[in-house]
This record gives sequence, structure tokens and C-alpha cells, in this order.
Amino acid sequence: MLVNSEQIIEALIETIQMVAFSLLFSVLLGLPLGILLVVTRKGHLIENLAVFNVLNGVINIFRSVPFIILLVAMIPVTRFIVGTSIGTTAAIVPLVFYAGPYIARLVENSLLEVEPGVIEAAEAMGATPWQIITKFLLPEALSSLVLALTIATIGLVGASAMAGAVGGGGIGDLAITYGYQRFDTITMFITVAILVVIVQGLQSFGNFAAKKIRRR
Amino acid sequence: MIEFQNLRKVYKSSGQQVTALDGINLTISKGEIFGVIGFSGAGKSSLIRCVNLLERPTSGKVIIDGHELTSLPVKKIREVKKNIGMVFQHFNLLNSKTVFANVAMPLTLAKVDKAQIKKRVHELLEFVGLADKADYHPDQLSGGQKQRVGIARALATQPSILLCDEATSALDPQTTSSILQLLKKINQEYKITILIITHEMSVIREICDKVAVIEGGKIIEEGSVFDVFSAPKTATARNFVSTVMNDQLPESINNLIQKQAGSQRIFRINFVGTSAGQPLLSEIAKKFDVHLNVLFGNITELQGVPFGNLIVEFQGEDKEVLRALTYINEKKISIKEVSAYAS
Ligand SMILES: Nc1ncnc2c1ncn2[C@@H]1O[C@H](COP(=O)(O)OP(=O)(O)O)[C@@H](O)[C@H]1O
Ligand SMILES: [Mg+2]
Repeated sequence: MLVNSEQIIEALIETIQMVAFSLLFSVLLGLPLGILLVVTRKGHLIENLAVFNVLNGVINIFRSVPFIILLVAMIPVTRFIVGTSIGTTAAIVPLVFYAGPYIARLVENSLLEVEPGVIEAAEAMGATPWQIITKFLLPEALSSLVLALTIATIGLVGASAMAGAVGGGGIGDLAITYGYQRFDTITMFITVAILVVIVQGLQSFGNFAAKKIRRR
Repeated sequence: MIEFQNLRKVYKSSGQQVTALDGINLTISKGEIFGVIGFSGAGKSSLIRCVNLLERPTSGKVIIDGHELTSLPVKKIREVKKNIGMVFQHFNLLNSKTVFANVAMPLTLAKVDKAQIKKRVHELLEFVGLADKADYHPDQLSGGQKQRVGIARALATQPSILLCDEATSALDPQTTSSILQLLKKINQEYKITILIITHEMSVIREICDKVAVIEGGKIIEEGSVFDVFSAPKTATARNFVSTVMNDQLPESINNLIQKQAGSQRIFRINFVGTSAGQPLLSEIAKKFDVHLNVLFGNITELQGVPFGNLIVEFQGEDKEVLRALTYINEKKISIKEVSAYAS
């Protein structure tokens, strides 16, 4: 084995940092976009087909670009935002552009699952669109949103491993530079095992939290 | 008071136009329980949803307590909505919130202070008989209990109008009855005007004061429940009335009538209120030389007045039967000869 445990722990911390920060920014981007995708559609709270169509199109474009290409294509943007295109912080930018639109779609799906009758009841009470979103739609969709975030987070773990390939650091970086390029099977095995444990843990936690919220 | 003036609603979807409401004129007085009945697709939901502008009328006016709604700005309409409670067929409760929070919701939206909300919600839950269920979630309740929560929620802001769109259609007959009694209690204790939409004539019979029959987006008949039940004018109304009045002759009696010929004649006597059947029959049996045989009877109560019909066989000389009939006619009681096939 060509790496020591310190390197592994350092890589693990980098991965957690990348995932945590990109998740944070992705949610800040994806949640409002997802809400907008729902409420601007035809017949909804604040119908606005121009906004809806533009959002829908842009999100589709980002969603259809493979992450590895997005990673490279975003380099100038990354450099503009964080000043460099290498390192953990720099990796966050493409990750957000990858996960943000994805989360928007997931949020859209979750919110569309809320029974239209609930919105109708809210409107009958004289709730404002803002109140309907915050007091009806989001609470009713919460359990489903938690599951959606779990999926997005797991997606980010995978993507962050890939981001490592362009100098982002983290577990993926370790796996590729040692495990793959230097044929270090044990390092490969350990890094993959760590990723598996992370994904399993996240999924279990997400399921548990969603169930707690749904109380069933 | 709710008033519809020449109300029209046309839905446009994928190039197709559906006229759901086709010139509705209707006035619902303060404190009334008004029922609108019609078959599926008649436009009932469209009509009730126009009252609180969940649906925007294509043309025409909706006037509530003198205010024309369609011309009000959005903000003002939200205010008006707080004066109109609504109860739904499928309850439309928030499953993520407790019974307490569901009932509190309209007050929370209106930014009423916490202590006051608490007091009001407990009062409401007490009223609908769910005082012990405040911390439950809707999925732990039966259909009837969910509807009670829906009703409590609709009453939270002390509205003067309550709209019920098929509020009992998802419930079994017994639960339906208890919910209807609750609505009646609300009407009597709080003097709230109630507009009920239904496809079940039993709902109308049980609690409504007035009824309108809607078909193809038009009101085809309207009147007091008593008048419409005792003398329905349109085929649709007759149809609805027959679903609860059951004045069809049972098969066995039909057979009996067919077999008989000669001196027996069979009549249907409709009676209303105190001109009820039994005293009349005994009177006739005494006064005239006819034998009476009651084959079939059906009595219900409408707004506290007995109402029904009897199928009676008259046996005797033609002359005596005729005298008896003349006597009945003089009393202004409706009597009609029935033949085997026409009933
Ligand atoms: N949102 C809608 N878009 C298009 N057509 C509708 C819509 N809502 C109702 N309709 C049509 O309008 C007519 C009346 O519907 P509705 O008012 O729901 O009747 P009811 O409640 O008596 O069953 C029906 O033909 C129905 O298909
Ligand atoms: Mg309907």
C-alpha cells in the first residue's frame, strides 16, 4: 500500500468538505429553482410561462451534460469565481452546477406530489402564494424532500470523487492517483470501501429521517 | 347573502371549450341551508368554487353581502375569503400537521396571536367533538373525524358563509348523517349561511331549506325543499326525488295489480302534512260503502312535515267508489288511479 492512514483521513476530510459545501450551495440554488419550476407552471400559484420555460430549458441543458465534461467546461467559470481551478474549493463550483439543477428537478418532483387539494384549501383560506409555499407545500413535501436530498448528496459523493481527478483532492483523487495509476490494489479497495460506507450511511440516515418525518 | 348574476364559466383546454356554467342566476339568503344538486359534470363544483373565486367566472357577477367579488383586487379577495369557510369532499387536510395545527392554520395565516389561537382551536375541537384528538395526525383519524377537522378549520375565522363541496360523498351513510347533523347545528348556533353541493338527494332532504337542481350548467329547478320534493317539475328533479322517496311499486304489488280485474281499482294518494293518510282512509271507509286495502305506503318527513304516498285498493260498487273519489278530491288531496305498468 502506497498511502498511509493520515493521507486517507485527509482525503476523507476533503471529500466531506467538498460534499458538504457543494450540497449547501446546491440546495441554495436548487431549492428556489425547484419551487419556481412548480409555481410558475400553467395554472399554478404564480403562473409565468416565460420564467418556467427558460428555467426548464436551462436546467435540462445542465442536466444533460455529463459531469466529467461539465468539470472541464466550467474551468473558466471556476477560475473567475474562486481564482483558481485546482483544489478542493475549486471543485465545489462544478459540483454546484452539477447538483443544483439536479436538486431543482428533485424538489420539483417532490412538490408536485403534494395533493392539489391541499393548495386549494390554502387558497380558500386566503393564503398568499408565499404562505402557500412555506406553510403548505414545503411542510407537506418535507419527507419526500429529505429523500430527494439524500439522493442528491449521494450523487455529490460520486461526483466529488470524479472532481478529484482534476485536482480536487478527496477520496476519489486518492483512488485514481494511487489505486488506478499506480496499480495499488489495496488503496483502491480501501477507498472504494470508504465510499460504499459513506453512501450506505447517507441512504440509511435519509430513509430514517424521512420515515421519522412521515411518522409511518 | 350570496348572489349569482348571469354567471358563466367556460373552460378552455387544448383547444376545446367546455361551458361548465351557462348563465346562473341564484340568490341564497342569509342563514339558509341551500343545496345544489346535479349529476356528475353538471357544473356543481364550478359553481361553488366561483363563490370564493377558486375559479374565476368567465362572465357574470358573484355578489356577497353586497360586494361584487370579481372586480375586487386580489388582496381584498383574500380578505373576503376569510369570511367564507370551505369544506371539501376529500378533506384536504395537511398530513404533516396535527389536528390542532390544521384547525389553527387559517388563524396562523391571519397572524392571530398564539394564546388566542389556542383558545379558539380548543373551542372548535370541542364543538365538533374532537377535543381529545388535538395531537393526532389526520392519518390516524376516520373519514368522519377528518371531515370534522375540515369543518372546524373552515369555521376557525368565524365566517358567515360555509361552502360544502360534496362534503359527505366520501363517507358512509351513518357518518354522513352525523356530519349533516353537525352542519345543521352550525347553521342554527352560528347563523352561518351554508351552501351545499351534492349528488345525493338524501343530503338535501336531511338538512336543506332550499334546493336548486343544476343540469348542463343551468339551474333547471329551484324552490323550497318541500315544494321540489312534493311537486318536482322537471324530469331530472323527479329522478332525484325518486331516489329517496321510493314511490315505485314493488314487484309483488305490481303483479297483484296485474292479476286483479273487475271491481277493484287501485289508487295512489299523495299526502302532505296533517292531511295525512290514515284519518282520511278511516273516514272514507265509514262514510262510503267501500273497502280499502292499503297495498303499499311510504312516508318521510320533510322539514318536519310528514310527506308520502299510499297505494290503496278500493273495493266496491262503481258508484260508491266514485263518491269516495269525489270526496277526496274536494279535500284537495292528490289521488291518481294507477295501472299495473305505470307507476
Ligand atoms: N379545470 C377544468 N378544465 C376543464 N374542464 C373542466 C374543469 N373543471 C371542470 N371542467 C368541466 O366542466 C364541467 C363541470 O364540471 P364540475 O363543475 O366539476 O361538475 P360537477 O362538480 O357537477 O361534477 C365538466 O364537463 C367538467 O369536465
Ligand atoms: Mg364536483
